Amino acid sequence: MTAPSTRPVRKRIGRKGGASDREPGVTTPRVRAAGDDRPRAPIRTRGLTKLYGDLVAVDHLDLEVQAGEIFGLLGQNGAGKTTTILMLLGLTEPTDGQARVVGLDPARRPLEVKRRVGYLPDAVGFYSDMSGRDNLRYTARLNRIERDEAEDVIDEALEQVGLTARADDSTDTYSRGMLQRLGIADALIKDPDVLILDEPTTAIDPLGVTEILELLRTLVRDRQMAILLSSHLLNQVQSVCDRIGIFSAGRLIGQGTMGELAARFGEDSAHIEAEIEPPADAGPERVREVLSAIPGVTKVTSRSIHGSTTWNVTVKPASDDARVRRAILAAATSTGLDLTSVRPIEPALEDIYRRAVERAAHGHARDVR
Amino acid sequence: MTAESTPVPAPPPAPPKAAPRRRDEGAIPSRRERSVPHAGWMVVAGKEFADHLWSIRFVILLLLLGLVALIPMYFAADTIRSVASQVTSSSSVFLFLFTLSPQVGSTGVQIPSALDFVRLAGPLLGIVFAFDAVNSERADGTLPRLLSQPIFRDDVINGKFAAGLAVIGLVLTFIVLLIAGFGIVRLGIVPSAEELLRITFWLIVTFLYIAIWLAFGLLLSVVARRAATSALVGFGVWLVATVFGGLITGIINGIVAPVTGSPDQVASAYSLQQTITRLLPDTVYQEAAYTILNPQVAAVSNPATIGGYQQAAQRIPSLQSFEQSILLVWPHVVIMLAITAGLFALAYVQFMRQEVRA
Ligand SMILES: Nc1ncnc2c1ncn2[C@@H]1O[C@H](COP(=O)(O)OP(=O)(O)O)[C@@H](O)[C@H]1O
Ligand SMILES: [Mg+2]
Repeated sequence: MTAPSTRPVRKRIGRKGGASDREPGVTTPRVRAAGDDRPRAPIRTRGLTKLYGDLVAVDHLDLEVQAGEIFGLLGQNGAGKTTTILMLLGLTEPTDGQARVVGLDPARRPLEVKRRVGYLPDAVGFYSDMSGRDNLRYTARLNRIERDEAEDVIDEALEQVGLTARADDSTDTYSRGMLQRLGIADALIKDPDVLILDEPTTAIDPLGVTEILELLRTLVRDRQMAILLSSHLLNQVQSVCDRIGIFSAGRLIGQGTMGELAARFGEDSAHIEAEIEPPADAGPERVREVLSAIPGVTKVTSRSIHGSTTWNVTVKPASDDARVRRAILAAATSTGLDLTSVRPIEPALEDIYRRAVERAAHGHARDVR
Repeated sequence: MTAESTPVPAPPPAPPKAAPRRRDEGAIPSRRERSVPHAGWMVVAGKEFADHLWSIRFVILLLLLGLVALIPMYFAADTIRSVASQVTSSSSVFLFLFTLSPQVGSTGVQIPSALDFVRLAGPLLGIVFAFDAVNSERADGTLPRLLSQPIFRDDVINGKFAAGLAVIGLVLTFIVLLIAGFGIVRLGIVPSAEELLRITFWLIVTFLYIAIWLAFGLLLSVVARRAATSALVGFGVWLVATVFGGLITGIINGIVAPVTGSPDQVASAYSLQQTITRLLPDTVYQEAAYTILNPQVAAVSNPATIGGYQQAAQRIPSLQSFEQSILLVWPHVVIMLAITAGLFALAYVQFMRQEVRA
């Protein structure tokens, strides 16, 4: 006997009953390769390329997704998101370049990769003559999970996606959104190290989406998963992803945190919203004068709803944002304006996205000429 | 390994050996231990087999085939009983159960034998359990999910083929037991050891014959995107091959090998005609099955010369032993195996080359 056998440690959230020899709430420290102080990224591609005939579906993609982060792949229909994901799973051969998932080449070692990667396909489907639970049981069998353990895992996954009540109904009675939830549960059955979700929330209702996105955050935090999700729904990507990659016509035209993307593709201006009422002896023009006088403010607009006026202040450069907010507070006090609130407006991913795509299109057009 | 306290002599230093290539070499360590790869096709086959058994088509087919097998039994009963009482020494009375095509009462209408029924309905059995094997997974959107599990891509098609074979084996065994049971219980005839051997071999040959159609159905399910298309094509081919097959080969024979001229020319024309007819799997099956179930059959091929006919006529009629019968049909068995393997290989290759998404 050389080394003590490592017991499989499987952390469960809200695992009920059973004499557990595993302590809930304890995360296993991540094992790192000796002499490597930074863990390798669970998803990494270099020059990954896929051609369908003449069509370049994915064009020299360089991508890294670290453990413990959610990466959002953002792009229009036909941008190449699904193709990229299929290559990461070894379900489609890349034309060129390489992919490494959990350190392995998915084209060469598909089994080892697929054992550790949970995948939610877009337009996910289930066997309609089986119940949701039976569908998950099949997945568990395919992953060689012991029967007793499988039942626990399935219960937990169903609970997490909020399908426990309907689990024993046949899946042809499920709505599109419920199928998508079941798909997420299905991807979690193997307790993956990497989770790849293709359009995970397109059919789920808004409240459900919030739940699902919270679940993803929990998984990333507690299980240190690496999550790659693709979406064309900008606000969802914005709210849940640590980093975002903007994908257009097969090319990654920008990636980074929202802040980094805003700095790169934003118009370098920040927006502040303030609710201010003028003093009794003056009109709204007075407020506009005061706001416009603050250095760094380039534009002031207002709109009135139900008698209260909201002002939108554009600040340039964007880094002056905090200073201008303080100045508004000071100016309001000194000039006797009735200030109720001042808050920065988060840069909208939509703007960033549109500008990135436009810029890429221009750049591309120049390249061609 | 068990008790840590047991004093164990220090193990000798491990001899230097070539470091075995670890399976997970280069992999980022996982948070949990993962079980080793396994035969994924068996899991797929298990699920598909269970699906088949609970499916409506299985129940319907079982009822239909059971009825179809028992109807000739019912009418053949009297004939067989009279034969059995006349020739008590006949070693093949039990086999009559399968080969006799009885007349309905005194009307003179002949009902196909159990053998003929199986020849006609067998292909349906194969097609029904395969025609939607792959394309239904595509249509339901389950294929990408299935293929993202830790199994090889061919595990899917292998497993589905295996499940189909298992169901066919089950149904065939059921039918044979039904017929044999009828013979034993209702007619009181007990099969001899050789008869049991012949029936078992017939079962295997029939199994192969239906496997051809199963592989064909599987191929259709891979090639045709919609289950309705593959069902239509499958049943169309079945109809042409089994029902109109004789007609079509008859026409071809008339053109290619007209029976005219000298006796030798006639003999060679017949021989060629037989070869043409054998392009149909059901002819191959028919010949093999008939030879196995009839010990009297001493040759499956028509002689190519008139001399051959003379020789055959001079032969003293005798019963073939089981081994002799098998030798006669061995080429048939090999041909059926080859067709099955060929069709399955086509389906396999097509499936492996297809894109995962529709
Ligand atoms: N099997 C295929 N054959 C040919 N072209 C394909 C195939 N699959 C996808 N494509 C094309 O590749 C491009 C990228 O598709 P996809 O990756 O599905 O985009 P997304 O998922 O971002 O909507 C599209 O233009 C699509 O038409
Ligand atoms: Mg897509």
